[in-house]
Amino acid sequence: MKRQWKSGLILGLSLVLTIMLSACGASKGGTQADGSSAAGSKEVELLNVSYDPTRELYEAYNKAFAAHWEKEKGQKVTIKQSHGGSGKQSRSVQDGLDADVVTLALGYDIDALQEKGFVKGWQSKYEHNSAPYTSTIVLLVRKGNPKGIKDWDDLIRGDVQVITPNPKTSGGARWNYLAAWAYALKKNNNDEAKAQQFVQDLYKHVPVLDSGARGATTTFVERGIGDVLIAWENEALLSVKELGADKFDIVYPSISILAEPPVAVVDKVVDKKGTREVADAYLKYLYSEEGQTIAAENYYRPTLESVTAKFKDQFPNLELVTLKDVFGTWKETQQKHFSDKGIFDQIYVPGSS
Amino acid sequence: MSQVQATRKRVLPGFGLTMGFSVLYLSLVVLVPLSALLLNSTGLTWEKFWDVATDVRVLASYKVSFLCAAAAALIDLFLGLLIAWVLVRYEFPGKRIFDAVIDLPFALPTAVAGVALTALYAQNGWIGSLFEPLGWRLAYSQTGITLALMFIGIPFVVRTVQPVLEELDKDEEEVAATLGAGRWRIFCSVIVPELVPPLLTGFALAFARGIGEYGSVVFISGNMPMKTEIAPLLIMSKLEQNDYAGATAVALMLLVISFVLLLVINSIQRWSRRRAV
Repeated sequence: MKRQWKSGLILGLSLVLTIMLSACGASKGGTQADGSSAAGSKEVELLNVSYDPTRELYEAYNKAFAAHWEKEKGQKVTIKQSHGGSGKQSRSVQDGLDADVVTLALGYDIDALQEKGFVKGWQSKYEHNSAPYTSTIVLLVRKGNPKGIKDWDDLIRGDVQVITPNPKTSGGARWNYLAAWAYALKKNNNDEAKAQQFVQDLYKHVPVLDSGARGATTTFVERGIGDVLIAWENEALLSVKELGADKFDIVYPSISILAEPPVAVVDKVVDKKGTREVADAYLKYLYSEEGQTIAAENYYRPTLESVTAKFKDQFPNLELVTLKDVFGTWKETQQKHFSDKGIFDQIYVPGSS
Repeated sequence: MSQVQATRKRVLPGFGLTMGFSVLYLSLVVLVPLSALLLNSTGLTWEKFWDVATDVRVLASYKVSFLCAAAAALIDLFLGLLIAWVLVRYEFPGKRIFDAVIDLPFALPTAVAGVALTALYAQNGWIGSLFEPLGWRLAYSQTGITLALMFIGIPFVVRTVQPVLEELDKDEEEVAATLGAGRWRIFCSVIVPELVPPLLTGFALAFARGIGEYGSVVFISGNMPMKTEIAPLLIMSKLEQNDYAGATAVALMLLVISFVLLLVINSIQRWSRRRAV
């Protein structure tokens, strides 16, 4: 009886394996064939490797761009999307996922691609540091704001619990951390030690460190844990829209960071596939009136002034600092704050409290 | 003479071929990925490797991973035995469905299990809300991790114990009864010794699965550094920083410790089997 069960299991396993191996081989061959044949022909296919919350944005944008491109060049273009955590997506491309363009949450994730030779000098290729749309970090509180949270200072009050994901596993969460840091720095006249103390106090009020931004939203919204969620503005607006304005309020802090999710053409891949022209146009069109409107409709702050004016009710004004002004490059920021034994790690070392 | 020949000639031919296939599969599926792991961590010097692998936070995460996996496997040992016992020894309506349900944790994506368990055990969940007034925090604590690991580990114990229990000779129990042994005595001296090897196997499997488990735990653990952070999460966080070498260093440590522990469990198992015969 036992032997039968075991041999059945072994047979099943080897079957599954064979199928998996052959499937891998087949799909790999398939994309290569597609890539080389697409170059000169009538149809072209692009792969946009992006991060999680841009799914709806690019679904709408891809349709608009395909129509635009066909009108302009008479060529049909289909755009495939891949979504996941920003860092994970960057690693997939490094490991051989044939992405024509990447649209990620952090410059750091594209820098990593640059180090491996996949992209070159990406940040100056397009306007606004190659970030066609931006966002910022806001505070989402329960309806009526029962704890009276107005600004970052309220987050370190004794009775407040804060929900934010772990900056070491979530790209988006790094912006949250940096926003709090920027506030503390400004308030304490650029005193680094005081800023660190503030951020440390803040993370002492975090009862659950989710590994990703969506997980943190679920913890706050569904599980009812915490008094305030530190979130991207677009995610906060989406939560309010999807879950009802009767449940949550958005609090705009006095100062926050300008989150710049960057885009880049993956040079190594487009050169191989011969898709540079269309990939470049795909990213450029994000800056057009239509592209900007779609971004704004999906709650990202547009960078084009005419569109910004149209959506000014949706995006209140607040003081926004940029990464470059306060922290420098992503590489330096990563090194100082989020690398192993960096400041975030020190927050949790025993004896730091 | 004839006996020697009988052992030399096998019932079925094809040892060379099947052995070849086995080695090929084992290499492709287990050995090559593991050696790639080793290779990846060679990017580190020995001091750096040791530095990464024995960092306070990493050590704390090993502790959480191993303790919770051991606790969960231990609880599963008793629960699994109970379930297997009920399934083998009693007839009741819906038994086949009950039997099939045991395997569900195998099939369910662990992340789904994690989300579902968190919803149940969170402060406002069905079960969590019952314990909250007592001051017991189920989700976002080590209890939560253990609960998730119990869920994914239980089929291992049931499925290893069940067949052995089915094959147990009823005669021995009857003999023991006619010799005047009570039920408890029969259970302890006739049944349990037979079950020790499969129970140990089930324990080892559930334990090993628990150490490496990621998907179901990240949602329910709360991921607080030094408290409820598991080692696989630290590996993920290193990968997130493109630190492949550091990630493999932690993974390698995890692998070595698990291997030693499993080796110990295996030897105990072999020892107990030899004693039982």
